[in-house]
Amino acid sequence: MSAPLPKIPGTTPFDGDQARKGYALNKMCFSFNEAANRAEFQKDEEAYMRKYGLNEQQTAAIRARNVLQLIAAGGNAYYLAKFAGIFGLDMQDIGAQQTGMTKDEFKAKLVAANNQ
Amino acid sequence: MAQLIGGLGTSHIPAIGGAIHKGLQQDPYWKPFFDGFPPIHAWLKEKQPDVIVLFYNDHGLNFFLDKMPTFAVGAAAQYHNADEGWGIPTLSPLQGELDLSWQIINTLVEKEFDIVTCQEMLVDHACTLPLKLFWPNGDAPVTVVPVCINTVQFPLPKPGRVYALGKAVGEAIRAWDSSKKVAVMASGGLSHQLDGERAGFINKAFDLQFLDSLDTNPEWATQFSVHELVEKTGTQGVELLMWLAMRGALATGGGPKVRRVSSNYHIPISNTATAVLALEAC
Repeated sequence: MSAPLPKIPGTTPFDGDQARKGYALNKMCFSFNEAANRAEFQKDEEAYMRKYGLNEQQTAAIRARNVLQLIAAGGNAYYLAKFAGIFGLDMQDIGAQQTGMTKDEFKAKLVAANNQ
Repeated sequence: MAQLIGGLGTSHIPAIGGAIHKGLQQDPYWKPFFDGFPPIHAWLKEKQPDVIVLFYNDHGLNFFLDKMPTFAVGAAAQYHNADEGWGIPTLSPLQGELDLSWQIINTLVEKEFDIVTCQEMLVDHACTLPLKLFWPNGDAPVTVVPVCINTVQFPLPKPGRVYALGKAVGEAIRAWDSSKKVAVMASGGLSHQLDGERAGFINKAFDLQFLDSLDTNPEWATQFSVHELVEKTGTQGVELLMWLAMRGALATGGGPKVRRVSSNYHIPISNTATAVLALEAC
């Protein structure tokens, strides 16, 4: 076995462990490519989550709309973006939520990256 | 033989699709990004490529984790765009270039890149937006061969391997028995991170050094592992692999010499550092 890679702060590479843990959650989010599936989810979230076999941790994270919890439950950024899209959230909303900032603070942080 | 005229690179942020749709190119937020394109439009008008080989990463439209190829080459007569779930307009289909698809597939397998081939393949914003940006008026007057590189599920291919893949694609293009003019294109990056407490991470110094390296020292970024690239450029900054493949394709034929036609680097659009580049093969 190769040695574990050094941890990158605030970062969870979507590796085999994450892919195994998050399969059901990511499969549900992948289904949101289709408008009919988005509508079905919005009509009855609990039934839709059962249909995809989400575990307790994943179900709780979806209910909470909490991106860090969704990542901890095995969610992948590309598929989670489709879940966020249902609620009209953009990448600055998601960035703000994950970093504990307001959206304006998060946008200011991005602009400030020019001064690096 | 076909002529490889050069390489193009651009970011492919979904929000660009919305901005084009709403005509916001002169809006103060968007202008510094869109201003990078006119010099490249002029170069394309002069050079008139017929075919684009497009290195991109799928964002969960065509490929899911049930079957996730490391490298996939399109071999379809037409590539359809579709609903990606978060509301950017669906664009018209892209026309394929079947003879070049199979020329690339045959060459890659001969050179021991055991790729996946796709006779049906939905293409997402990473394919449609770059064409819209480089040819803003109507449908792009080119056919395409999409080459998808996995950035979704680790392990991702090593940077050196991606560069070598690009090189093999370049050799396939130059050996294609056709009078057509071909350009290679990279769709992705540069530094950005969407997920985790480090969301919003941007590394300007690294990006600028990377862009510089593409002129005369194109293998510079292959010294890093994928893990090191994530650390230096963010979880989605690894899309710079597309740029390495594009540049690798140009490092064939007469050698690695290129002329930089134009480039632009701007922070931020959405959560990313953006870059636009055109290189002419010499």
